[in-house]
Amino acid sequence: MSNQIKASHEPLIHVTKRDAMVWWKSWLIRIIAVIAAMMVGTAFTWILTGVSPIEIVKTMFEGSFGTERKIWIFLKDSAMLLGISLAVTPAFKMRFWNTGAEGQVLIGALASVTCMFYLGDKLSNVVTLLIMLAASIVAGAIWAGVAGFFKAKWNTNETLFTLMMNYVAMQLVAFCIMKWVPSGSMVLSPLNSTTQTGWLPSVFGQKYLLNIAIVLVITVIMFVYLKFSKHGYEISVVGESENTARYIGINVKKVILRTVIISGALCGIMGWLYVAGLDHSIETGTVGGNGFTAIMVSWLAKFHPLFMVVASLLICFLQIGSGALASNPSLKLNSSLGDIITGIIILFIIGSEFFIRYKVNFRKKHKEEANKNA
Amino acid sequence: MLDTIISYVSAAIIQAIPLLYGATGEIITEKSGNLNLGIPGIMYMGGISGVVGAYLYEHFCAEPNTVLLVLIPLLSALLGSALLSLIYSFLTVTLKANQNVTGLALTTFGVGIGNFFGGSIVGLLGESGSVQLPATAAVYKTTFPFMKHFGDLANTGFLLYLAIIIAIAALIFLNKTKTGLNLRAVGEAPATADAAGINVDRYKYLSTCIGGAIAGLGGLYFVMDYTGGSWTNNGFGDRGWLAIAIVIFALWKPSMAILSSFVFGALYIACVKLPGLSGSDKELIKMLPYIVTIVVLIITSARKKRENQPPESLGLSYFREER
Amino acid sequence: MKKIAIELKNITKRFGAVTANRDVCLTVYNGEILSLLGENGSGKTTLMNMIAGIYYPDEGSIFINGNEAIISSPKDSFKYGIGMIHQHFKLVNVFSATENIILGLDDGSSFDLEKSAKKVKEIADKYGFDIDPAKKIYEMSVSEKQTVEIIKDLYRGADILILDEPTAVLTPQESDKLFAVLRRMRDDGKAIIIITHKLHEVLSLSDRVSVLRKGEYIGTVNTAETNESELTEMMVGEKTALNIYRGEPKNSELRLSVKNISCKSREGVKLLDNVSFEAMSGEILGIAGIAGSGQRELLEAIAGLQSLDSGEITYYTPETNMEENLRDKTPMQIRELGVRLSFVPEDRLGMGLVGNMDIIDNMMLRSYSKGKGVFLQRKEPKDLAEKIIEQLKVVTPNANTPVRRLSGGNVQKVLVGREIAAAPTVLMAAYPVRGLDINASYAIYDLLNQQKESGVAVIFVGEDLDVLIELCDRIVVIGGGQITGTVDARCATKEEIGLLMTKSNGGAKE
Repeated sequence: MSNQIKASHEPLIHVTKRDAMVWWKSWLIRIIAVIAAMMVGTAFTWILTGVSPIEIVKTMFEGSFGTERKIWIFLKDSAMLLGISLAVTPAFKMRFWNTGAEGQVLIGALASVTCMFYLGDKLSNVVTLLIMLAASIVAGAIWAGVAGFFKAKWNTNETLFTLMMNYVAMQLVAFCIMKWVPSGSMVLSPLNSTTQTGWLPSVFGQKYLLNIAIVLVITVIMFVYLKFSKHGYEISVVGESENTARYIGINVKKVILRTVIISGALCGIMGWLYVAGLDHSIETGTVGGNGFTAIMVSWLAKFHPLFMVVASLLICFLQIGSGALASNPSLKLNSSLGDIITGIIILFIIGSEFFIRYKVNFRKKHKEEANKNA
Repeated sequence: MLDTIISYVSAAIIQAIPLLYGATGEIITEKSGNLNLGIPGIMYMGGISGVVGAYLYEHFCAEPNTVLLVLIPLLSALLGSALLSLIYSFLTVTLKANQNVTGLALTTFGVGIGNFFGGSIVGLLGESGSVQLPATAAVYKTTFPFMKHFGDLANTGFLLYLAIIIAIAALIFLNKTKTGLNLRAVGEAPATADAAGINVDRYKYLSTCIGGAIAGLGGLYFVMDYTGGSWTNNGFGDRGWLAIAIVIFALWKPSMAILSSFVFGALYIACVKLPGLSGSDKELIKMLPYIVTIVVLIITSARKKRENQPPESLGLSYFREER
Repeated sequence: MKKIAIELKNITKRFGAVTANRDVCLTVYNGEILSLLGENGSGKTTLMNMIAGIYYPDEGSIFINGNEAIISSPKDSFKYGIGMIHQHFKLVNVFSATENIILGLDDGSSFDLEKSAKKVKEIADKYGFDIDPAKKIYEMSVSEKQTVEIIKDLYRGADILILDEPTAVLTPQESDKLFAVLRRMRDDGKAIIIITHKLHEVLSLSDRVSVLRKGEYIGTVNTAETNESELTEMMVGEKTALNIYRGEPKNSELRLSVKNISCKSREGVKLLDNVSFEAMSGEILGIAGIAGSGQRELLEAIAGLQSLDSGEITYYTPETNMEENLRDKTPMQIRELGVRLSFVPEDRLGMGLVGNMDIIDNMMLRSYSKGKGVFLQRKEPKDLAEKIIEQLKVVTPNANTPVRRLSGGNVQKVLVGREIAAAPTVLMAAYPVRGLDINASYAIYDLLNQQKESGVAVIFVGEDLDVLIELCDRIVVIGGGQITGTVDARCATKEEIGLLMTKSNGGAKE
């Protein structure tokens, strides 16, 4: 009997660290997590609306893949999210928590719009596009670079720094729109809509194809850069251990600054894509939260560019799918459902990492213990 | 002149209230070593939980009782925000997940829940229109009669005073009690605290949930008192992030948080209160709180005083058998 | 017959594939000092951590005062009157001594720092400690911190005290003081376990000795009835010659000269104070000192990682004898000068290697920037990795294994192998055998000797004076950031060096 009491003091669950897990097992765990999260998300919607889960899943699939146009929109949205995820990745790999992609993309977009606004159609389309691109790159690089500079100099907390820069960027956009639109309506109608100067052309009759292609090229370049270049190696070393980096003679400050600037410049390019390829205008919500979602995409993919393709397709599917759910007039929901379901999925995947890194051992049967002691 | 000052100061104070709740909550959370970037989402959650609680009560009860009008939203808000903090704790403490990513995901989730229910609750109950909570708001805006001389404070209710009381209580708790000492040890050196027999996980859970619940009151104040019992999607805006910034500004001290919140409130409202601004200038002035935060970040990082540093293990998860 | 304070029965503990303790039994009586003797990595600390509630045993049971005890957390361990002083102090830096002592204490009394400080003072007086209850930990010396740790346990009424290598960070004088206190506690009826691998301490302090080897319990002997060679045999298994090979230096010429270098920490504490010495080719120069006396800063200054306030560091190129000034150069600049300087830092996985990278990528740390172009060359590092694995007998599944998963000795082989592969003319090694078993240690000594024979100037920072005296040609002693003496290792004694270690002229760093 006394044994019984003592045994209850023994920890019920005992967690130990795993050595390594076979890759397919770890992916299996992640896939199970996604499926479990989908079930929770669906159940959540089901309870609220009474619509059957099958109907919910069907609506979500139709929302993303229902028509050819929907598929293009889905691919375009995924590409934009992917591009921004790629942009934040080098900094993240270096453990520079850049939460400012939203602002860096937005400021890149603002630079492009500014060029369009003041250049009008004075120059040829190609020249205008290139000037816009250069301006966007510089703007994005500066926006990120300031935080990188202070991080390198005084180890200033970059998470909050870049976060605050988002709002500064938004206010700057609001300021410019106020200046440019005298009516005070805060809506800037697409620029150069007649001449289409500074607009990326349609390819094969597809407006979004060029955007998608550019992002895919960036994906490949980023993959090679991180995996095979000296810069990529330096980024890994600095991210893993600044002390080691110092020890082998890497100029840590230089690498931080360089990487953050590259990260910001890529965000700038994405801003350029928003303006030249999609909107030809700007508003404070142009990036639409993708700057934050990208952080999670990058992290979910373990900073690996190719996995990021999968992750951004998944997240986009959820967002568009739940958007379709919400816009279904019979359901009387609103579009924030997408955020909720995305949040659930990411929280599930975050949680599932635990089972990849740690092993849970349950307490052995009392009988066994007793026998051993006897 | 005096009127102008009173008007500005009172406006700054009512802006400061949600920030102070958020900052106090985050200070208590961060003292345990948890950097909870989910606070913005948690504050939305606090707001919407209060709204849902109040709406259901006002909706189903023909003659609402004043005490319950206060208590139901209050408890709903505390419960809702604590629940979201519990998710954060479970993921980062028990499952040892990355705190940054968990926090961001939680913010997405919390803001999503807020906007979703804020926009849909009326529809889900089969009615039309938007959320209106006149009875609850009236109770929440009730204050002492003599406050009528103090500008916006004339119709700002008890949550203002509660914010200050909680901040002072947090100050006393952290510095003058054993539990506070233990909590600080958990955030500074969890392995040490563990070896001293402190249940590190329990402290992290409790401080995160209590901190989250306090932050949630900021959301409640916003919907019940500031906006007078209505919900606008994204209406709460970026106040959650500012609250996190104030924690740094205040050097992790609740007493400084009271002052900092007021300063930030004053900056936040400057675009409305400063005379003679054009529309575009106002947009520039709105940058002020963010730029000030950045400047403070830079200055504190450049000075590096020992007592001004964040808790040493902030942002790290603790695993006893780490080898 | 004394009363049994604590008894361990058939304790087994595994970490993944590694068995840290297998079937260990141990008995400790009240009113005695028991030494737990064993090499580094023999499982002493793991075993004690199970009594202290840090780990939980996989198998076996623990009896306290005759009753079976379940110790699943440090809190449980306090309940049973057990206190453990860890090797790495578990103190909160920004707290005062008193705050640290009452931390986590749940005795129902109210929070009253002054009252607690008084009680701390009383305990200190009873056993002869010296302590300022209001002093913050970050302002304290190592020995003061240790005092806080011990008083923390006494404050809680601990009857069983475990000390993990308490003298590793102390001067001989401070050690003697500690031993006096421990004896007083023993006479007070407390059971004391001291983990150590220093034989002379075992013999002078303890009543009985229990020996662990490779995680297994070997036996217990009464101190009065044993001697060094018997204990060594129990500890290492077979009678190994303690002699380390030492050849005569050949063709010694000046390779590196350090002149009057000084530097300060950010808080303005002097880390190095007017340090001068010379390193010759073909010899091993030992650096002795209490941990944290400036050894790390000294090596880092030479390697270009520590900026100096004053002084000079000069390198003499072999053959041409050309002088190169190394002061305030970055590691990259030093390499570009053609100075072949290798450095095995103290912190292997935190500085010398990247734990999460595989062996090949770790080889690349030194060579990645070589060659034109923006892309990495992985061929050469791969060959090097395979060569080192083969020649130094590194135990690893393959070259693609992250070094974090290797055992301590193999990690060190990878690091030392890489540094030697760079064909250095100066090789600096900080505590290169710390945490290694005897065989791995000797493998490292052999490597250092080979380098010496081939004309490298070897600088060896060590903590074990016996090893320093046997391995090195000359020993420079550092104390409080100053050089307190240089001795010929062939005729120096431990006592002589021990005295020099403590002879600092004030201004010691905390």
